[in-house]
Amino acid sequence: MTNTSIKNKLLLALLGFGLPLVSMQVWAQGAVKDEYKWLSFAVFGAIIGLTMYVTYVAASRVKNANDFYTAGGGISGVQNGWAIAGDYLSAASFLGIAGLISIWGYDGFMYSVGWLVAYISVLLVMAEPCRNIGKYTLPDILAYRNDPKKVRIVGALSVVTVSTFYLTAQMVGGGMLIRALIGIEYEIAVIAVGALVIVYVLLGGMVAATWVQVIKAGLLVLISFFMVLLVWSQYGLFGDFLSTLVGDANIQARVATLLGDAAGQLTPQELGRRFLAPGLLYQNPLDQISLALALVFGAAGLPHILTRFFTVPGVAAVRYSLLWAMLVIAGFYVLAFFLGMGAAIQVGGAAIVQLDPGGNMALPLLAQSLAGGPRSLAGNLFLALVAAVAFVMIVAVMAGLVLAAASAIGHDLYAVLWRRGRASGAVAMAAGRWATLLVGLVAIVLGISAKGHNVAALVALAFALAASTNFPAILLTLHWRLTTTAGVVGGMLIGGSTALLLIVVSPAMDYPQQIKAEARQVLAGEAARRQSISQGLANADRGVQERARQDALLLDRALRQAKLDLERYRDQEASLVGLYAPAIDLRNPGLWSIPAGFLAAVVISLLTVDPRSRERWNELQVRKNIGAL
Amino acid sequence: MSTNSINWVAIDNDPRFQRLHSKKVAFLSVLMIFSTVYYFLLPIGAAYFQDLFKMKVFGVVNFGILFALSQFLVAWGIAGYYTIKAREYDAMAQELINDAHKIGAR
Repeated sequence: MTNTSIKNKLLLALLGFGLPLVSMQVWAQGAVKDEYKWLSFAVFGAIIGLTMYVTYVAASRVKNANDFYTAGGGISGVQNGWAIAGDYLSAASFLGIAGLISIWGYDGFMYSVGWLVAYISVLLVMAEPCRNIGKYTLPDILAYRNDPKKVRIVGALSVVTVSTFYLTAQMVGGGMLIRALIGIEYEIAVIAVGALVIVYVLLGGMVAATWVQVIKAGLLVLISFFMVLLVWSQYGLFGDFLSTLVGDANIQARVATLLGDAAGQLTPQELGRRFLAPGLLYQNPLDQISLALALVFGAAGLPHILTRFFTVPGVAAVRYSLLWAMLVIAGFYVLAFFLGMGAAIQVGGAAIVQLDPGGNMALPLLAQSLAGGPRSLAGNLFLALVAAVAFVMIVAVMAGLVLAAASAIGHDLYAVLWRRGRASGAVAMAAGRWATLLVGLVAIVLGISAKGHNVAALVALAFALAASTNFPAILLTLHWRLTTTAGVVGGMLIGGSTALLLIVVSPAMDYPQQIKAEARQVLAGEAARRQSISQGLANADRGVQERARQDALLLDRALRQAKLDLERYRDQEASLVGLYAPAIDLRNPGLWSIPAGFLAAVVISLLTVDPRSRERWNELQVRKNIGAL
Repeated sequence: MSTNSINWVAIDNDPRFQRLHSKKVAFLSVLMIFSTVYYFLLPIGAAYFQDLFKMKVFGVVNFGILFALSQFLVAWGIAGYYTIKAREYDAMAQELINDAHKIGAR
C-alpha cells in the first residue's frame, strides 16, 4: 500500500519533470536542425515510453531485497548475456569506438579489441567462483573468507569509488553528447539522464535495469547492422569496401594531415593504405600496453559486471550469458569497424573532428548523411534514432552502475555492517532504494560540477582502479591459499592509491599553462595557415585541394577551441594538483598500479597470519568449484 | 540442508574433488595464458613490428587487419571451448554435491 503510493508519487514527479523540459525551449543548436527537432523528441519519447512501461511491469515483480539487487536470480542466460553487453557497451563504445576508427583508422580498431578480450579473464577466472561464493556484491565475495568487517568497508569503498568515476564519466559524456545532438543545455541533459536512471532503478531494481539493458543492446545491434548494410550497399562488401577506402580522397587527405611533412613522398594509394596500418594514434607503445592491461584486468573488477553473475539461476547460465555477451560485443565491434571506416569515407575525418575532437559525432553524422543529408526528413529521422539510442545507452549503463554502488551502500555498509545483518526484508529493500536515490543525486551533482572535464581520463581511472584494487583482491582471495585479510586490504589500498597518484600527475589531466601556450600558438599561426590553405585551394591537384579544404575545417575548430581554452583557464595556471606539466609520460597507470596492487597483497599476506582466512580456505576451495550445497 | 554439517576438509581431500580441481586449474591456466599472450601480441606487434602488420595479404588487406579480426574469433573460440568443456566439470561437481553429506560424515 505505502509502496504503491510511493510509486505513484514518483511517476507524478517524473511527469511534472518532463513537462517543463519540453516547454522550456532551452535547446540551442545541435546536429538536428530546428525544423526537425520534433522528430527527435518523438523518437526519444517513444523509446523512453517503452522503457518506462517495462519498468512499470518490472516494479510489480520486485518484492524483496533479493529481487531488487539481483532480480531474484531469475534472469535467463540469453537475457543476461544481452544485459551484460548492454552494461558494457556504453555511449563510449557506441559513439566513441566508431569515432576513433573514423579518425585514426587501424589504431581505433585495435583499441576496440581489448574491450572484448577483457571478457576472457572475466569468464575464465572470475565468473564461476564469484557466482558460487557471493550473494549480491563484490564485498560479499571478499567477506566469505577474510575478516568480514574490514573487507566489507574497504570493498564497499572501492566499489563506490570505481562506480562514481565511471558514473561521472558517463554523465559528462552523455550531457555533452545530448547537447551536441539535439542542442539541449548540458545541465538539463544531465538532470534528465539522472532522473530517468533514478526512476528506473528505484521502481524496478535489477529487473528493470536488466530489461532496459536488453532493449538497449537490441536497439544498438539492430541500428548498427542496418547502417552497415547501407554503407556496404554504397561502397561494396569486405574486400571491395577496403579498396574503395584506400582510393578515397577523404581518407588520403586525413592521413596526409596526420602524417604532416612525412606524407610528402607517399603516393595517394600509399596514403590510403596507411589508414589501415598501425601507428597513427599510438606513438608511445608503453601507453598502449598499459591501457591494454587496465582494460583486460579492469573489466574483471568492474562491480556492475560482477553483480550480473548473481542475476541468473546457476553457473551454467553464467557461462552461457558470458558467451552471448561476447558474441554481441564482438559482433558490435566488427560492425563498428565498418561504421567508423564508412564515416571516414562518407563524412571525412576533418568534418568529424571539427564537431568533436574525440570523434564522438562520427556515427550520428554518418547516419544523417547515409539517409539523405542534413536537409532531408529521412536524414534527420535517422539521426534522431541514433541520438535516442545513444541516450538510452547512457541511461542504461548508468542504471547498472547506480545499482552496483547502491548495493555496496545499502547492502554491505547499511544492512550487513550497520544493522549487523539483522535488517528485515522490508528494511533491507528500503535501504537499497534510499541508497539508489543518494547515489543518483550525487551522480547528478558530480555530472554538473565536472562539466567540461576530460572523460577519457575518468574512464581510464575507473578501469585502472578496478584492475589495481578489486581484481587482485578477488583473484587472490579465490585462488591463493596464503591470502590474508591484511593482504587484501593493504593490496587494495596500495593498488588504488598508486593508480590515483599516477593519474593525477599524468598527461591525462589538463594542464592550463600548457593548454594556454598551445592556444596562443594556434592564434599566432592563423595567418600563415590561412595563406597555405588558400594556396592549396588554388592548386590544380585535386588531392591537394581536398587537403586544403580539410585543413580549413580543422583550423576553424582549432581557433574556436583556442579561444575557449584561453577563456576557461584565464585565472588558472596549474593542474588540479598544482603541477604545470605532467610529471610522467604514461597516460594510463595500469602498467605500474596493477603490479603494485598484486605485489602489496602478496607481500603483506606472507608477512601476516590470519586464522579465519586459513580456516575458511577448504570451504572456499570446495564451494568455488562445486557451488552452493 | 544445513551447510554446517558438511565436512569441507574431507571434501577438499576427497580424490574425486582433487581430480576435478586439478583438471580445472590446468585447463583454465593454459587457456588464460594462451589468450593473454595472444592478445598482447597485438599491441606489442603494432608498436614494434609495424612492417609485418603492413604486409599485404590480398588486395589492400594487410596482416594487421587479419590479425586484429582473428582476435575476435580466438576470443570467442576460447569462450565456446570452455563452455563445452565445463559441462564435464559440472557433471563431476554434481556427483560430489550428491555425496557431500556422506563424505567424511561426522
